[in-house]
Amino acid sequence: MSPGGQSAPMRVLVYVNSAQRRPRVLRTLGRVSLPEGLVCFVKADCPTCQMVQPVLRQLAAGDAPLTVYTQDDPAFPAGTAPVDDTLLEVSYGQHIEIVPTLLRVRDGKPVERLEGWDQREWERLTSVEGLGDGLPAFRPGCGSRTLDVGMPEILAMRYDGSRTRSRRIELGAQEDEVEAMFARGWSDGLPLVPPTAQRVLRMLEGTSRDPQDVVAVVPPDLVECTVEKVAVNAVMAGCRPDYLPVVLAAVEAACTEAFNIHGILATTYFVGPVVIVNGPIAQEIGMNSGINALGQGNRANATIGRALQLVIRNVGGGRPGEIDRATLGNPGKYTFCFAEAEDTSPWEPLSVERGLPPGTSAVTLFAGSGVQPFFDQLARTPEALARSLAACLRVVGHPKWGLAWDALCVISPEHARVFREAGWSKARLRDELGSILTFPGAEMVKGAGGIAEGMPESAVGATVAKFRAGGLLFAHAGGTAGLFSAIIAGWVSGPAGTEPVTQEIRR
Amino acid sequence: MIELLDPTSERQPGHRPRAPRPASLDGLTIGLLDIAKARGDVFLDRVAEQLTARGLRVVRFRKQTYTKPAPADLRVEIRTHCDAVIEALAD
Repeated sequence: MSPGGQSAPMRVLVYVNSAQRRPRVLRTLGRVSLPEGLVCFVKADCPTCQMVQPVLRQLAAGDAPLTVYTQDDPAFPAGTAPVDDTLLEVSYGQHIEIVPTLLRVRDGKPVERLEGWDQREWERLTSVEGLGDGLPAFRPGCGSRTLDVGMPEILAMRYDGSRTRSRRIELGAQEDEVEAMFARGWSDGLPLVPPTAQRVLRMLEGTSRDPQDVVAVVPPDLVECTVEKVAVNAVMAGCRPDYLPVVLAAVEAACTEAFNIHGILATTYFVGPVVIVNGPIAQEIGMNSGINALGQGNRANATIGRALQLVIRNVGGGRPGEIDRATLGNPGKYTFCFAEAEDTSPWEPLSVERGLPPGTSAVTLFAGSGVQPFFDQLARTPEALARSLAACLRVVGHPKWGLAWDALCVISPEHARVFREAGWSKARLRDELGSILTFPGAEMVKGAGGIAEGMPESAVGATVAKFRAGGLLFAHAGGTAGLFSAIIAGWVSGPAGTEPVTQEIRR
Repeated sequence: MIELLDPTSERQPGHRPRAPRPASLDGLTIGLLDIAKARGDVFLDRVAEQLTARGLRVVRFRKQTYTKPAPADLRVEIRTHCDAVIEALAD
């Protein structure tokens, strides 16, 4: 008999089998309390656990109460009256990662913990001298069964299922789950990953935030969106759990008054959210800032942008043909997310320029209308390259309109080199472009040059700037070969439309 | 059987009835809302002419920008002063 059972407080233990007198641990407030004294977690499949059997028998026969939880064979180790934990409830509740794990428990809570076998440490923790004489002084343990492949998700669902509150949608036995999700209108047009409770719980491991925290109020339906709802949509988008903090920050930034995702969604214009990721998280989660940075092929880039759009669609209720009235849209409305290549950039990262401390992970959201190539293989001076870039920037929206749209320039490494070698800062480039991109109003007004489109007549006598102050953004990304950069044209800029928004990423 | 977590706002797909239509326009005040889209004013000027010619009272309203929903104050003002509203939506 385990002395641990006898001395355990009755509020957490009941004796269900007086012959064996094994304690059954009751759940208290969703947590498992432990019996007092010494507690050890073992599995028969572990050679170290096999080795320490005599030690455990020695402890069981001693004065201090001992309870042994066994993860696989309910009879192992013989002579210690082991408690059956083959369902792993107690092991999971105690976050056991290694067997054997030896705990000293006071008031139902572990106050000391040892993993593997270390004779001196076991003697110290148990206050028993001569413990395991004849055994090697040290032997590492094995992995706990709670960490077997696929097991963390099963256990999370079995014992932590109440963490999620989303309505359960039961699919029929004959129903194909991917087709069922299309039929329910959840998809952006591509297949989705089915958001099972297991997958959602695994996704929620990616953040320290409470699943029921409200992240944002999502237009157009102005729905309070919880961390859990973002996680459900991130699962469907194909995200890994470590992407979730980026998705959360993107959702938060998109739903600000300044960014105005409502207008971006509702407009007939092309625009959709572009997510630029800065800081250490970009590398940690394996984002692409190099070859084909704006293109396909990288899971993080692809699924983070997609998850944001799925939240707008499913939580906010923003669907094409309903509130989304885009005449043509653009392919970036499936997903448009990339990381800035900070290490090789001649400039401070976009997030730093926009006010965050260096080394801070952040997203910047820009309302972008697709990618326009900027080609220049001949400019060798920054002046020539700036003039060339300016000529291409003039056509953003329409060459006869100024102060209407912002633009994000993604400068590639080969173009960036020209500015770096000449010592041009971003501010210098912006100033140079600003002075080149200033035009006599007479060229810009309606009818000028035989083109009906243009600015109002009142601009005739004025000088018109193409971009408002702060209306040009720069990021550095792309492969190391190619004298091309990208212009991502914006949408109605400023308080009447959208402002770029930078948001720190919280883990 | 597979069970999925609902990714939506879980709002019941309740039917939202339209506001009752007036049986006749006689004696009503009609609001005309210009959402600040190009040439919306041209359209509404013509509508105003026709309504006024029929002896109706017309009140004009304008949003600051077409990119954002009408502010709550504006919606209240329209509701307070008008029996019906006509909105010029697109260019």
